[in-house]
Amino acid sequence: MHLPDAEQLLADLTGKMRPEVSGNTALVGIYTGGVWLAERLHRDLGLTLPLGTLDVSFYRDDFGQIGLHPQVKPSDIPFEVEGSHIILVDDVLYTGRTIRAAINELFDYGRPASIRLAALIDRGGREMPIAAQYVGGMLALPKHKMLALERSNDGKLSLSLYDKSPPGQ
Amino acid sequence: MNNNPQLNKHGELQHLLTTEGLPASILLNILDTAKSFVGVTERDIKKVPLLRGKSIFNLFFEPSTRTRTTFEIAAKRLSADVVNLNIAVSSQSKGETLLDTVDNLSAMHADMFIVRHSQSGAAHLIARHVRPEIHVINAGDGRHAHPTQALLDMFTIRHYKRDFHNLRVAIVGDILHSRVARSQIHALTTLGVPEVRVIAPKTLLPTKVERLGVHIYHDMAQGLKDVDVLLMLRLQNERMLGASLPSAEEYFKYYGLTQEKLALAKHDAIVLHPGPMNRGIEIDSAVADGKQSVILPQVTFGIAVRMAVMSMLMEGKK
Repeated sequence: MHLPDAEQLLADLTGKMRPEVSGNTALVGIYTGGVWLAERLHRDLGLTLPLGTLDVSFYRDDFGQIGLHPQVKPSDIPFEVEGSHIILVDDVLYTGRTIRAAINELFDYGRPASIRLAALIDRGGREMPIAAQYVGGMLALPKHKMLALERSNDGKLSLSLYDKSPPGQ
Repeated sequence: MNNNPQLNKHGELQHLLTTEGLPASILLNILDTAKSFVGVTERDIKKVPLLRGKSIFNLFFEPSTRTRTTFEIAAKRLSADVVNLNIAVSSQSKGETLLDTVDNLSAMHADMFIVRHSQSGAAHLIARHVRPEIHVINAGDGRHAHPTQALLDMFTIRHYKRDFHNLRVAIVGDILHSRVARSQIHALTTLGVPEVRVIAPKTLLPTKVERLGVHIYHDMAQGLKDVDVLLMLRLQNERMLGASLPSAEEYFKYYGLTQEKLALAKHDAIVLHPGPMNRGIEIDSAVADGKQSVILPQVTFGIAVRMAVMSMLMEGKK
């Protein structure tokens, strides 16, 4: 299957976001792919508020089924959330459950004035009433496929497609 | 299959009873997970919804305020419901057996027991008895083990020293009566600390302690030379019964940690103590409150480490 070029998607996403951001826009990347994207967006959009990062492991709704991610990272929100205008950044928007968890976590730091969502790619399949304001591209995929963003040593981003490991592994 | 009652058949943590026999990968996973919880405990809202709706019972058959409180705070910050049972003054005095108590609480749909008991092996006994969906943490059993204390010490050491593989660590004081020391020794050697020393008078050392892979010193001046980390132990007044030591003053003279003795260790050595401290007996106030002391950060990290252990025990198994 031919996958879109992640660098091109990021360029498109950056272009769509540029007229919508200002000096008080705060970016928050969701680990792992969302943080890579947020770092690039933060630089290319010339944002001044420090970049935030979230690991939503402690807020996921599937802890009872799959447990903690083995490499959970510390969340870091280095700006005042109360009254802020936040754009969450994730790589692949799918069921919406990760975004639900991220919004809940943000509210434990304070009450933002607004939260928007930017995703590199939207693969449909939503299970929550969640939509992205900015997307790099759309791609419909069957349920058993997993789409992952990867980053090479020189920082270049690419997409890969995997078969989901069957239950019990 | 394995014979370690702490691990399930997938090699994941089922109970935390002792640091002995746990692989380095699990110890490091606990420390890494705890690091993420440190951030949570520094926020305004110091709570995550991970264990919402879970019931955790603090079963303390031996008095303890500090350890019980840190477990209670850790559980509450994970959104679990906590019930504290001070059993020394409850059903045991009415003649109920340990396992009857546990069965009654299990019938109330307990998800986890945190157990402190004066008898070595009490937490193991409960762990072998309960249904597989119930988890047990040993919060100190007799002279045997106190794994969460050792883990928070490891977290503190890694926080300040970054790595375990180039360290000289000295454990100082009443090794004989100390469950903390045993758990520390197992954790330090598993995590690859090349030199672990114990410094104590002969009467406060267990026989054959060298079999645990430690170097024995009876003299502070020799034992503290070139040491990176000092793990002070509490002189267990309540356990001593007078026989092992001539007097507290005598002990302080030879083994109490003063600035003068601390100067024999490396200049950037750190000092840990599990608390509660006996100032003027095992540690001088100038050291306890000095710039090499990391005793209060230990307490803060202890919450995050206990949150990590609780959530790792309780996480869903595929």
